Amino acid sequence: MELLYAACVGVLVSCGVFLILRSRTFPVVLGLTMLSYAVNLFLFSSGRLSLNSAAVLGYSKDYADPLPQAFVLTAIVIGFAMTAFVVILAIRGRADLGNDHVNGQVPDNKVKGKV
Amino acid sequence: MTLLWIPLLSLLGSIISSMTGKLTRNQSTALSMLMPIIALCFTISLAPAVFSGDVIRETISWIPLLGVDIAFRLDGLALLFVFMILGIGILVIFYTRYYLSSKDSMPKLYSYLMLFMTAMLGIVMSNNVIQLWFFWELTSISSFLLISYWWHKSEARKGALMALTITGGGGLALLAGLLLLGNIVGSYNLDVILASREIIQAHDWYEVALILVLLGAFTKSAQFPFHFWLPHAMAAPTPVSAYLHSATMVKAGIFLLARFYPALAGTDIWFILVSITGLTTLLVGAYVALFKHDLKGLLAYSTISHLGLITLLFGLNTELATVAAIFHIINHATFKASLFMATGIIDHETGTRDMRKLNGMWRFMPYTATLAMVAAAAMAGVPLLNGFLSKEMFFAETLHQQLLGSMSWLIPVLATVAGALAVAYSARFIHDVFFNGDPIGLPRQPSEPPRYMRVPIEILVALCLLVGIFPNFVVDDILTAASFAVLGGYVPEFKVALWHGFNLPLLMSGIAVTGGLLIYTQRRYLYQFQASLPPLNAKKAFDNSIYVMIKWCQRKISTIENGSLQRYLMLMFLVVLLAAGWPLFEMSQLAGKKQLTPIDVHNAVGAALLIIGAVCTVIWSRKRVVSLLMLSVVGLMVSVAFTRFSAPDLALTQLTVEVVTIILLMLALFFLPQHSPRESSSMRVLRDLGISSALGVVVASACYALITRPLESISDFFLDNAKTGGGGTNVVNVILVDFRGFDTLGEICVLGIAALGIAKLLVNLPLFMPGSDSEGRPWAKERYPILLASISQSLLPLALLVSFYIFLRGHNLPGGGFIAGLVTAIAFILQYIAHGSNWIAERLTINYRKIIASGIAIALFTGVGSWFFGRSFMTTWFDYFDIPFIGEIELASALVFDLGVYITVVGATLMILASLGKLTANAPKEEVNI
Repeated sequence: MELLYAACVGVLVSCGVFLILRSRTFPVVLGLTMLSYAVNLFLFSSGRLSLNSAAVLGYSKDYADPLPQAFVLTAIVIGFAMTAFVVILAIRGRADLGNDHVNGQVPDNKVKGKV
Repeated sequence: MTLLWIPLLSLLGSIISSMTGKLTRNQSTALSMLMPIIALCFTISLAPAVFSGDVIRETISWIPLLGVDIAFRLDGLALLFVFMILGIGILVIFYTRYYLSSKDSMPKLYSYLMLFMTAMLGIVMSNNVIQLWFFWELTSISSFLLISYWWHKSEARKGALMALTITGGGGLALLAGLLLLGNIVGSYNLDVILASREIIQAHDWYEVALILVLLGAFTKSAQFPFHFWLPHAMAAPTPVSAYLHSATMVKAGIFLLARFYPALAGTDIWFILVSITGLTTLLVGAYVALFKHDLKGLLAYSTISHLGLITLLFGLNTELATVAAIFHIINHATFKASLFMATGIIDHETGTRDMRKLNGMWRFMPYTATLAMVAAAAMAGVPLLNGFLSKEMFFAETLHQQLLGSMSWLIPVLATVAGALAVAYSARFIHDVFFNGDPIGLPRQPSEPPRYMRVPIEILVALCLLVGIFPNFVVDDILTAASFAVLGGYVPEFKVALWHGFNLPLLMSGIAVTGGLLIYTQRRYLYQFQASLPPLNAKKAFDNSIYVMIKWCQRKISTIENGSLQRYLMLMFLVVLLAAGWPLFEMSQLAGKKQLTPIDVHNAVGAALLIIGAVCTVIWSRKRVVSLLMLSVVGLMVSVAFTRFSAPDLALTQLTVEVVTIILLMLALFFLPQHSPRESSSMRVLRDLGISSALGVVVASACYALITRPLESISDFFLDNAKTGGGGTNVVNVILVDFRGFDTLGEICVLGIAALGIAKLLVNLPLFMPGSDSEGRPWAKERYPILLASISQSLLPLALLVSFYIFLRGHNLPGGGFIAGLVTAIAFILQYIAHGSNWIAERLTINYRKIIASGIAIALFTGVGSWFFGRSFMTTWFDYFDIPFIGEIELASALVFDLGVYITVVGATLMILASLGKLTANAPKEEVNI
């Protein structure tokens, strides 16, 4: 199961990074969101994987490591704030610049190619 | 009084004199002189102790962890410099009173002068090398202010900038050198460094540290090839030149050589670097001085030459040479300061400093002329004057060295040549200015200056004579004390005397004087030769090199920083790849010793869904809505994973955040194109696939390596103390609101700031409002479907109740402020979706900013509250109460803190979504096809 978990994290990282390297803002935002899933899962796993052992006192015998959980919980919320900020920045950029290219302008050769 | 007062008084003087703008010139001068005079008297009172061999120290702890103290020490060398800095400083202040015209601001110059004085005093008295460096840089900055005093003149600004660039650059080298020395010795304390000669010179880094320190000294003391800033600094008012370029600024470099002499000198590399630099500077300065028509230019190059002489003496590595160097420091300061002041008088009275125009001044100002001639004779090294004595010692020492092996005879010969050149330019100064026919086209009719303007020169010239005739009586004490300090507690037998009998140094002096006079009388051949050489303009070369440097940097920057985000990200990911990938190759085995758990069906299905969702997000990334839906599948599977692996709090948070995120992105998509164009070339896609899959592999491997190793965690502490210390059984929540409450406080602040930032970004947004979807279909006429409206309305109280429940139970069971806040926010967002923001605005006026602020305030004050009970910030209080009909319940201050979190989360989330959503409601409909 550990192998499967690591593979999932790896796939999320790959997909996230690939999307972040795209040239338009929206896929970049999606990539960023996906990368933050991956990071959260990675951080979470530093407490190791354990089944049926939530860190609530009195409900199980062993307890999962609560510290990574607490950190990841805040990371999820911060991640949301960051995603929101970036996507609004993308909207603003699109509105001010007239395009949604990450560099602020569509490269010249592409425009010529279309003409 | 303590040592600290010496620089402090001078600093106080700087502040006082800056406030004397409304007083008369005499009052302002008197007030400005007061503090340095007090400091000088205090120093004199300390002198006997220092003469008897004591070193006075004083230390105030500043940054003990870094070994940085405010530490002062006063030994013989420091005492000598303090005397020069204060004594000549007082004379310069007095002289300035008569020099400045009524248009110039006197308080400003005084204030800068005394700031500079403070910095110099700090350098010579520091007992901590970092502190020494601080004052060193302060001299660079304050000399910049002084040189650019006439800021309306372009040459003043350029000269000041050049001086700052060169000496400031040298200062950086010095800092590096001092840090290295501190590292080698293990202390930044000067006493320790000076006592660690063997350790330093045996260390591998000795050469590097030496070169760096020397760079600092040589740039400051205008040694070749850094000498060119000094002539350009002559754009300063003449009193400033008299102060900076005789006794202080340029002597700081010399002081540094003397100060570190016990620790750094004595090696071959010291000799080669210091003596060769000194010798070159001595010759170059003396030669160029001969050709300067500007009086101050002549003095500037002569200063360079004399500094070279002192440097050369330090480089000779003999004790007597060091004594001679210190002696020449004193002598040069006295005659050069008086010459600068005399030049100032000539300039002041005639309006020019050009020696081609200035002739026959003897007739107009005989008294000043006499003073200047005596000082110039001292500069040339004429007997009965102080310059003669130190020059004799210099000649004698050049004979007593074997440093160049069989070619050692070169040094005395070159020294004699330099001596002859010094005689020649001194003769020119005397003859061209005061005799040599009649003045040509002077701007002003010359006359003697005001009586008191000559007083400082008289004092200095009297010193030249006194030292020259009765050397033992006047300077023996201070010279012995300073040599004692430089040579590290040992003074060689030396005798400063006017007459040593007929010997080789006397012969060299004789050759120098006759040779110099010969050079001066035959100078026109030299001038012709010099005129035939291509002109060398140091300033232009400097400007050009700066220009080339800036251009080069700009080119380099623009190749790296080309404005392409894709490229920056690519480079960053490559760095991450290398940094994270490298350690993996150094690990012997990826899998750890922990027992692996078997894969069950649920996990396999979940993982498959997650992978399919992620891959589909990428595949369909150009159809943005589809891609977004695929992403939401991934988010859901992540929250399922949290549930599965015993993290119910995380699962709840992920689930609610997921909802909010997807709604937000949907909304955002309304303002963005629905499709991404096919833009990347196949090569680019291939490259990106390579980078991303490599990173995926690295992260997956790291993750696998991590989770297969046994866990050693600090969490047992939290598990043990959650109930007893924090009063809750949900350990994750207790960590958030109690153990790590400060983190949470910071985090809700970030959330609030992000929300505010978003609100600001959306102000005055020029709207792209599509009238239809991407395929040209108009939006549905019914904007708010009635079914959704009625259901959502009835759901609202239920949702609020659920969030309240989640909030309350958070301390003991999965839940808490974050999750409850998100649930509440979602319930409200549903209302916005179902009814539109106008409908909400009619019924509910909410200022989200105030909500966020009050949330953070509640959290903060809960934390502060524990102060009132004498506890540290954010200590939780809890107790159990028996309430009739309800039973025993627990009340904890953490609950109030969590309430702050809850309110902030609700406010921030709603602010983000509502301010975006409002745009769609209020904007006029435009037909824009995307």
